[in-house]
Amino acid sequence: MLDPQHNSFVMYDEEFQRISAVIEKLLRESNSKVIFLVDKNGQLIASCGETEHLDTTSLASLTAGNIAATGGLAKLIGEKEFSILFHEGEKDNIHISIIAQRVILVVIFDHRSSLGLVRLRVKKASDELAKIFEDLAVKAAEMEKTGNADSPFAEITDDDIDNLFS
Amino acid sequence: MSFINYASREINCKIVYYGPGLCGKTTNLQLVYQKTAPDAKGKMISLATETERTLFFDFLPLALGEIRGFKTRFHLYTVPGQVFYDASRKLILKGVDGVVFVADSQEERLDANIESMENLKDNLEEQGYELEKLPFIIQYNKQDLPNCTPLEELRELLNPNGVPDFTACAQTGEGVFETLKAVAKLILLELKKGGTG
Ligand SMILES: Nc1nc2c(ncn2[C@@H]2O[C@H](COP(=O)(O)OP(=O)(O)O)[C@@H](O)[C@H]2O)c(=O)[nH]1
Ligand SMILES: [Mg+2]
Repeated sequence: MLDPQHNSFVMYDEEFQRISAVIEKLLRESNSKVIFLVDKNGQLIASCGETEHLDTTSLASLTAGNIAATGGLAKLIGEKEFSILFHEGEKDNIHISIIAQRVILVVIFDHRSSLGLVRLRVKKASDELAKIFEDLAVKAAEMEKTGNADSPFAEITDDDIDNLFS
Repeated sequence: MSFINYASREINCKIVYYGPGLCGKTTNLQLVYQKTAPDAKGKMISLATETERTLFFDFLPLALGEIRGFKTRFHLYTVPGQVFYDASRKLILKGVDGVVFVADSQEERLDANIESMENLKDNLEEQGYELEKLPFIIQYNKQDLPNCTPLEELRELLNPNGVPDFTACAQTGEGVFETLKAVAKLILLELKKGGTG
């Protein structure tokens, strides 16, 4: 199952709802502006808060690049990874942490919050999120075993694919 | 590794453009960006040096349309070609679903192409991937220049397994979309085969 080449990362409705609930609670309790979750490969998983004026796709890709680069740095000096990154701006700050070694949690906040508060709340939310991603992995493995994992693409035709480019 | 999201009914796939320095990877993405309708593309991001050499990566998200009710998104990345950026190249290959190798067809770049192809294989292997099992396309770029290695010879050296390949002039756009379509198609066919596993 862990053959990296033949595995998709799958998100189901139920887990998506649970994840959304956790990050929305985190947004409120930490007084932050925006929260998003990104796969280590740069795919946006979920987001909440003031996202209307944000290019979340680009943010996701650059966040993953950032984590990958600092992860490379960590290895060079003999660390496993840096599990928390913090960037301080004039108005907005970014707090980045890694959950269950695979998902990146990004919290953007301003003067209405503080690093201490964000840290505290992130810690709690991380445990909850880690549990959900664990459940998700179990579910995906089960789906695969029982043959319920038929991809929505099992039935696609050459025409479907050609139409994408027309 | 593709990301299938049943909640938002989206599928995301990652395509990496690989090849030696200055072969035209960034130009490929720029052209796709220019020729794609505004509603189908996101911002193109280039992390480049002051002299416009790719430093870390270029990134271009495309939303092509729907298949079976799923929004199909492709994330295009390029790697920096210079030999000394190998660490960055490895990072960008993580989670890749399909690779385009852009070759510089000029005679004096033949060795650089071969070296880059070897480097691609090594870097994939390091992460447990096999190039032979990945959706893989080769593009022979800069065909407009006079000093190109004959196509047959390029094929023999760079494409012994006979994967789909295209000649191109990325500057004018010739071959650019053919290449992209071909790799996207291979990725979708792979998904069709693989289920989620
Ligand atoms: N003549 C010619 N020049 C090209 C072509 N494609 C790219 N170039 C030029 O080659 C140089 C390097 O291209 P770039 O895309 O930055 O290479 P990269 O290092 O692979 O990203 C630029 O000056 C491009 O304009 C082509 O098909 N023909
Ligand atoms: Mg470049």
